[in-house]
Amino acid sequence: MIQVKEVSKYFAKKPVVDNVSVNIQSGKITSFIGPNGAGKSTLLSMVSRLLDADTGEVLLDKSDVRKWKSNDFSKRISILKQSNYMNVRLTIRELVAFGRFPYSKGRLNAEDEKMVDQAIEYMNLGDLEDSYLDELSGGQRQRAFIAMVIAQDTEYILLDEPLNNLDMKHSVQIMKILRKLVEDLGKTVVIVLHDINFASVYSDFIVALKDGRVIKDGPTHEIINSDALKEIYDMDIPIQEMNSCRICVYFNS
Amino acid sequence: MRNSTKMMILIALVLVSIALYLFQGLNGSYDYALPRRGIKVLAMALTGVAIAYSTVIFQTITHNKILTPSVMGLDSLYMLIQTVIYFFFGSMSILVINKNINFAISVIGMIVFALLLYKFLFKAGKRPIYFLLLVGIILGTFMGSITTFLQVLIDPNEFTSLQNKLFASFNNVNGDLVWLALVIITLTVIYGWRSIRELDVLSLGRDNAINLGVDYDKIVKKMLVLSSILIATSTALVGPITFFGLIVANLSYQFFNTFKHSTLIIGASLMSLVALIGGQWIVERIFTFDTTLSVIINFIGGVYFIYLLLKESRTKS
Repeated sequence: MIQVKEVSKYFAKKPVVDNVSVNIQSGKITSFIGPNGAGKSTLLSMVSRLLDADTGEVLLDKSDVRKWKSNDFSKRISILKQSNYMNVRLTIRELVAFGRFPYSKGRLNAEDEKMVDQAIEYMNLGDLEDSYLDELSGGQRQRAFIAMVIAQDTEYILLDEPLNNLDMKHSVQIMKILRKLVEDLGKTVVIVLHDINFASVYSDFIVALKDGRVIKDGPTHEIINSDALKEIYDMDIPIQEMNSCRICVYFNS
Repeated sequence: MRNSTKMMILIALVLVSIALYLFQGLNGSYDYALPRRGIKVLAMALTGVAIAYSTVIFQTITHNKILTPSVMGLDSLYMLIQTVIYFFFGSMSILVINKNINFAISVIGMIVFALLLYKFLFKAGKRPIYFLLLVGIILGTFMGSITTFLQVLIDPNEFTSLQNKLFASFNNVNGDLVWLALVIITLTVIYGWRSIRELDVLSLGRDNAINLGVDYDKIVKKMLVLSSILIATSTALVGPITFFGLIVANLSYQFFNTFKHSTLIIGASLMSLVALIGGQWIVERIFTFDTTLSVIINFIGGVYFIYLLLKESRTKS
């Protein structure tokens, strides 16, 4: 279980994340939503140790993430950021194989190869596995990076805006895969989302941030209603129920 | 062509260069000329490996393929140290004539400078590595200016003698120092080799490296220190020649087209051996010492650098 306790982060004395406490439920999808600059990505970075918190602590299994050994930690929590500029040319398979680094330290054994195969299969990248990343479309590249995280085989998967620059088809495809990871393999997924409808349809819990603070936190059905959304986004957003999905119609509000 | 085949070709080229350099025109002088040539080959091999290795790791930790470790200002510091010695003590002082003392002062000066720089900057909190580079460039320029200032004031005869120290040259390397450098460079390379696979992960960028369980700050510091030791040793041995690393590192990336640092570093090292030993053979036997190797290297390196810049700007646009 991941517990965030009174965590703050300052950039040039300005609080970006301000005294945030949140518990992440295991075996569920939790979405972080909120306006731009609310501190969602910063919070996710602190949970995954990409950034150190200035005050407060993040606990994984009741011990501070900063006290974990890097290698052990990387077998428990994986993170994928939104921009992944690289200086090297890799094929999809080479990239996914990096996901096994915490286990194999670069020397892949038969089991590692199997996990790589499975991850590639899971993301439907079998035909493309020997293509270079710079020859792929944005959606294919994003799937390749998610395959790497799947090969890393961690209990917690943290994704920072994985749907950026993706079309509807690929966005839905990725969200369905995340849902499958949670239901089939018992993973815990934490995801930063901008489109509240994806959050509404696919997540179990929603944490809403605004100006560095958590202003709403709870099961999806408690957050996706006009009153709560008004508080989060300062917009009057009507909600329509379709096939038991709650859809926020924010386009002309 | 497979990478192992390419590697074999390079090894063959290295062997040919060494054989040419050692035995061509020897005229049976096995006792006199051969050992002297042997020492020079060893000095060139050490320099080649040190520069190739430090440049590749430096470019990986900075995520930049057109930087060389010389931006940290170690070359400038070396020139400053030598100029200060000539300025205050003159070319006849023990600090110049005794090569061991001169070597020790240069190496220790450069390593202490690098360590202080890293310590000071890493202590000041988590700063991006580009901040460190910027400070290095500024200090390097500063030291370069002082060096020029002192050189203007120095006696012209002394200056001529000083200039010999400031251009990389394999023509008068000292036998004892080569063995000392061999020990330092071998130990450093062996120590660094244990992290070779973590370097592969570093090329995925900081965030991905941390995600995959690499202790990013620790390995970056370690690699910076290693590359400083290598640069300091090779510079004190033959003079500043780090620009050369840019050529061999990039040729190695192009030639091998892999992310594996073990291949890239060995490839770059072999290429530098061919370039240095083969180049020195050409300078000595074909140009009969009319020019120095570093002049040729700087010329070719400069042309290649411009080519790289043009290529990079084309791929970005």
